Amino acid sequence: MAEIAELNKIASQVRRDIVRMVHAVSSGHPGGSLGCADLLTALYFNHLEHDPSFNMDGKGEDLFFLSNGHISPVWYSVLARSGYFPVAELATFRHINSRLQGHPATHEHLPGIRIASGSLGQGLSAATGVAQAKKLNGDDKMVYILMGDGELQEGQVWEAAMYAAHHKCDNVVAIVDWNGRQIDGDTKDVMSLGDLPAKWKAFGWHVMEMDGNDMSSVVSGLQAAKARSGSEQPTVILMRTEMGKGVDFMEGTHKWHGVAPNDEQLADALSQLEESQGDY
Amino acid sequence: MLSDYQSSGKKGTRDGFGDGLHEAAVKNPEVVGLCADLTGSLKMNKFKDAYPDRFFQVGIAEANMMSLAAGLAIGGKVPFTGTFANFSTGRVYDQIRQSIAYSDKNVKICASHAGLTLGEDGATHQILEDVGMMNMLPGMTVINTCDYHQTKAATLAIAEYEGPVYLRFGRPAWPMFMEDKPFVIGKAIHMNEGSDVTIVATGHMVWQSLEAARSLAKEGITVDLLNIHTIKPLDDEAILKSVGKTGCIVTAEEHQRNGGLGSCVANLLGSKLPTPQELVAVNDSFGESGKPTDLLDKYGLSVDDVIAAAKRAIARK
Repeated sequence: MAEIAELNKIASQVRRDIVRMVHAVSSGHPGGSLGCADLLTALYFNHLEHDPSFNMDGKGEDLFFLSNGHISPVWYSVLARSGYFPVAELATFRHINSRLQGHPATHEHLPGIRIASGSLGQGLSAATGVAQAKKLNGDDKMVYILMGDGELQEGQVWEAAMYAAHHKCDNVVAIVDWNGRQIDGDTKDVMSLGDLPAKWKAFGWHVMEMDGNDMSSVVSGLQAAKARSGSEQPTVILMRTEMGKGVDFMEGTHKWHGVAPNDEQLADALSQLEESQGDY
Repeated sequence: MLSDYQSSGKKGTRDGFGDGLHEAAVKNPEVVGLCADLTGSLKMNKFKDAYPDRFFQVGIAEANMMSLAAGLAIGGKVPFTGTFANFSTGRVYDQIRQSIAYSDKNVKICASHAGLTLGEDGATHQILEDVGMMNMLPGMTVINTCDYHQTKAATLAIAEYEGPVYLRFGRPAWPMFMEDKPFVIGKAIHMNEGSDVTIVATGHMVWQSLEAARSLAKEGITVDLLNIHTIKPLDDEAILKSVGKTGCIVTAEEHQRNGGLGSCVANLLGSKLPTPQELVAVNDSFGESGKPTDLLDKYGLSVDDVIAAAKRAIARK
């Protein structure tokens, strides 16, 4: 398990990968990817008991699912850098004949991906299904599922929330990227989420909050969530992040949700991010 | 031969699903079932009572059920979802498309109360577009069974098949005539040898077509009759062989003309062997409340409609 300082170094490289990937193809979603770089780094390099040789059924492993599939760059970077596939393959992101589709898919058999995501609101249901299978299989490992906060506007999320509480799915940890922004603007303006902690609590979930851009907070938050296994109650982590975190001109706005930097902006971004592991 | 297929009484096709699911669960411990508050309607009680740990009640939340089933499949299970055909397809098309079909998950979408024969509940529930929607999904197998026995056999067959399947059946008690007949996914059953006209039928329309063929035989018209339980992949070979012999074809289905069996057969024949074809299907219309047989009559799916279509097809040769 990597220490906090080491995790921060890896997260910096992941952020470099993100901006380079979307720049190279002039499309993709850097904002949410940058915001969740610390979480995914902590999961794959510290928290998950996982096997990069990749088995689809994930028996005996902790599993991670990404429901807000548009932040695929952060997932691809972390998967590659933790050994699921060659780092050089990041250069194929969004190109024709690539395994790295714009939104994550299983169709091209990219190791690490267990279900397609992109059409929002489906991931919590799928992750809960996997968690149910784990219980039937006598497998005590956990299932982690990341969603965007805007994604919570999808009704299916709440169907799944109701289900997981009713069926006492205490091996599910849902994480909400609570950055307060979505494509058309701030969530409070587009479609207010209301009192989010109270909503999850009312649905029967154990609610935690954490700073998703502070590595110590992320690591300890994940450990605390995992410790809820056996509580007969699912856990949600409402994770505060900054969309665009780590690149100053991308922070504080929703505008970098789905826009790629130009050459000049890329250079500016990279100047702010340490190349700790070597660029692909 | 037509005389090989006599009714031994009536039972719902959905009863065949319920018995088949239970038997599949006995054979394979990985079989699990999910239901959206219609356990009795889907006849899933026998399975549920025998294997309560493998039954997942999801409540009235079909979207969640479909993605949940995909998750169970990831974990190595063989999930069977059960709800009405309308809520198994139209309501959850995106979930099926992304989480099941595109993700190539081994989920069996089992859909009851399809078509007009749902009866009195009316058009909100009488889906006539489901086969078309499922046909369009790459990799999806689409099956529409004709009686209790075939539905049971199909349920057992899809449990052993790896990949997403849409299994469509219905509500009413319906003649049983396929006992001990083999069921192979994608293989049409040649029910009668004839030379004047081919009839390709699926679901409840197989019985209607059998009755039509018996009536036509009395007029000296012989029907080459195919029971085409699997609409996708279509048994191209059986259909081409039959129309090569008869030179004309009728397709019969409890579904819209657009997108169903008739469209699939027309696609095949148009490219391989252009042949006069008549469609017995619902003509771009919603259904309504009524008794199943009255509805079949009103919407052009009666035995007489099949007979008339056969004569029209022959006249076009």
